[in-house]
Amino acid sequence: MTEIITAPTALGSPPPDDVLLEVRDLRTYFHVLDGTVPAVDGVSYSLKRGKSLGIVGESGSGKSVSALTMMRLLDIPPAEIVSGEIWFDGREILSLPMDKFRAVRGNDMAMIFQEPLTSLNPVFTIGDQIAEQVERHKKVSRKAAWDRAIESLQLVGIPSPERRVKQYPHEMSGGMRQRVMIAMALSCEPKLLIADEPTTALDVTIQAQILELLKTIQDRTDSALLLITHDLGVVAEMVDNVIVMYAGQVVEQGSVDEVLVNPRAPYTMGLLESIPTVDKRGGRLSAIKGTVPNPFNMPPACRFEPRCPYAWNLCHETTPDLYKAGSGGQLARCHLHTAAGAARLPAAVEDHERKMNVGEGIA
Amino acid sequence: MEGQHPTMESSTAPALPDDAAVGPIIVEGSESLAEMDPLRIARVGEGHTLLQVRGLKKHFPIIGGLLKRQIGTVYAVDGVDFDVNAGETFSLVGESGCGKTTLGRSVLRLIEPTAGTITFAGRDITKISHDELRPLRRKMQIIFQDPFGSLNPRMPVSDIIGEGLFAQGMKDRKARDKKVEDSLELVGLRREYTRRYPHEFSGGQRQRIGIARALALGPDIVVCDEPVSALDVSIQSQVLNLLLDLRRDLNLTYIFISHNLSVVQYFSDRVGVMYLGKIAELGSVEQLYKDPRHPYTVALLSAIPDPNPRRRKKRLVLKGDVPSPAAPPKGCRFHTRCWLREKLGNPERCVTEEPQLRDFGGGHQTACHYAEQISAESVSAAVETQSALETAVADAE
Repeated sequence: MTEIITAPTALGSPPPDDVLLEVRDLRTYFHVLDGTVPAVDGVSYSLKRGKSLGIVGESGSGKSVSALTMMRLLDIPPAEIVSGEIWFDGREILSLPMDKFRAVRGNDMAMIFQEPLTSLNPVFTIGDQIAEQVERHKKVSRKAAWDRAIESLQLVGIPSPERRVKQYPHEMSGGMRQRVMIAMALSCEPKLLIADEPTTALDVTIQAQILELLKTIQDRTDSALLLITHDLGVVAEMVDNVIVMYAGQVVEQGSVDEVLVNPRAPYTMGLLESIPTVDKRGGRLSAIKGTVPNPFNMPPACRFEPRCPYAWNLCHETTPDLYKAGSGGQLARCHLHTAAGAARLPAAVEDHERKMNVGEGIA
Repeated sequence: MEGQHPTMESSTAPALPDDAAVGPIIVEGSESLAEMDPLRIARVGEGHTLLQVRGLKKHFPIIGGLLKRQIGTVYAVDGVDFDVNAGETFSLVGESGCGKTTLGRSVLRLIEPTAGTITFAGRDITKISHDELRPLRRKMQIIFQDPFGSLNPRMPVSDIIGEGLFAQGMKDRKARDKKVEDSLELVGLRREYTRRYPHEFSGGQRQRIGIARALALGPDIVVCDEPVSALDVSIQSQVLNLLLDLRRDLNLTYIFISHNLSVVQYFSDRVGVMYLGKIAELGSVEQLYKDPRHPYTVALLSAIPDPNPRRRKKRLVLKGDVPSPAAPPKGCRFHTRCWLREKLGNPERCVTEEPQLRDFGGGHQTACHYAEQISAESVSAAVETQSALETAVADAE
């Protein structure tokens, strides 16, 4: 897999031309009353033009903060971008002056938020909201911007867009609003579409509609997709590559076929084991013990060590890096993939496979 | 910056360590619980019908206009029949607005039903007074969805759990505290937690407190209303395991309400699929998941995203949104979104005649006129002809 470049190519120089987005050693901390929260702590990944990447993790893992940092939507302070570079379309965007960055945000890089009701302005019609953006970025007339708004509503499959464009957000259902959000994001033909939990607030049958729509649009428009979600099922269906985050760090990355079929980081293994599936019916779900670490008091070495069923003393003493795991480009942050852990690896993999098929009998 | 409000609430809250993942549940605890409770009534034997619901309806008036008159009706639950056997888990699935929560609450008479009968352990409880209902309440408990909203933030755990015990006549503070501690232990929390307040706990722990509250009274049947949907995946499985252990150790019967079909499949014995206040299909997990007979069930199952990319499939996507329960479609309520009807050339019967539940053997019931037409071929044919861009129609004009 070449889509993911791990070792940040020398800081300060742009990535190769086919790479649309490259995040290098990003650290975003929050300074709050009780101390400092390392919400994103040394995250690197890259995404090629027209490809898709999923970021999965549970609440508090830092998956949304990394996207908000990229969109420069965080309040600084309390947030602080401690280090890192984000290269987008050949430019480093964290150091761009805000007025220059505004020409990129919403134009070349657009975001779909989780909650379509609160992310739309209730006092403007949806046409106003889409047209405003088009007018601003594309420097076209009001009339042309409205036509573009109608066109993008049509693109996302909203019936009678000429009438819909004059409606207010409250006049629409949740699924329809999410379509409007997508239409708005697409209105300026972005090179990168960031979708933060785009279907979490929706019902299953509506979720299916929106996911199919996103797939169709990605095929048609050649825009790259960065999908942030907690749902491994959504990731499996939507993206080429995936990174798994835990406590502010990337713990595993690779193609979906690698990571979701043969996970190699104990956290990813545990996540997959704990999802109820057909194969597990009748058996006990294997749960990850404990809870996510307190961000003010992270474990000293490996952050997953206190919850890890395979941990040994090394995990408590030495901080693991991302190591090559498996034959392809898969990487996992776990000592099992170093020389010191090689002897323990087969047993861990076997244990994981057993837990994936616990069904029949134990209940 | 110092003095700023925390921005990331979930990760800045000082989460307590969750006590060991859910070890085996201490059974002695549960026995002593049963012995201690002088009010406990002998259990209904396993396999009997514990709860019978017939023709249950709950309609909510829509009040509006200048004179505050009723201008409409929400048909939240509109004629539902089902039985729940002792010791089983009966699940209700459906999308938001299908009436599953209203149904769950009406069954316990937390909401007064508009029509129909509810028979619990052989006794009709639909019309009995609240005084008569109170002693039965301890046998019918509920676990709520939202672990944040369902616990009073101003009460310590001892009062949250003890309140119900007090209301049920356990006036002695010491006995009550002992019972509260026993219940905490039962759900895998420390006995010392009784003096803590809800904000001191993580989401998973709060849900355990909600479970402890329901179980403190020694219920026979527990309505679990989306008990894990607000929790992260890794915590979800801890709570599901706990519920399974408790069912086994305490002989519980669950009515499990959920929109998550994977959880329902893993967790339940029998399932009722609801659509707009009615049961569309009813059967065992095997019947429903392997041989669905209602076009809505087929679409729901097809919509589950599968975490295994090797099982990736093309899915059947329903058009439009769920219609408003204030104006349900005539005839079959599903006909406005039905892929099968479209495939059969839109037969008039679906609009004119409301389908009744028909038996397909072994308790498998479906409310569809054309259930026989459903097969693997008809489903895959429907999948092939659909377009992602045309799915938003139906609610237009």
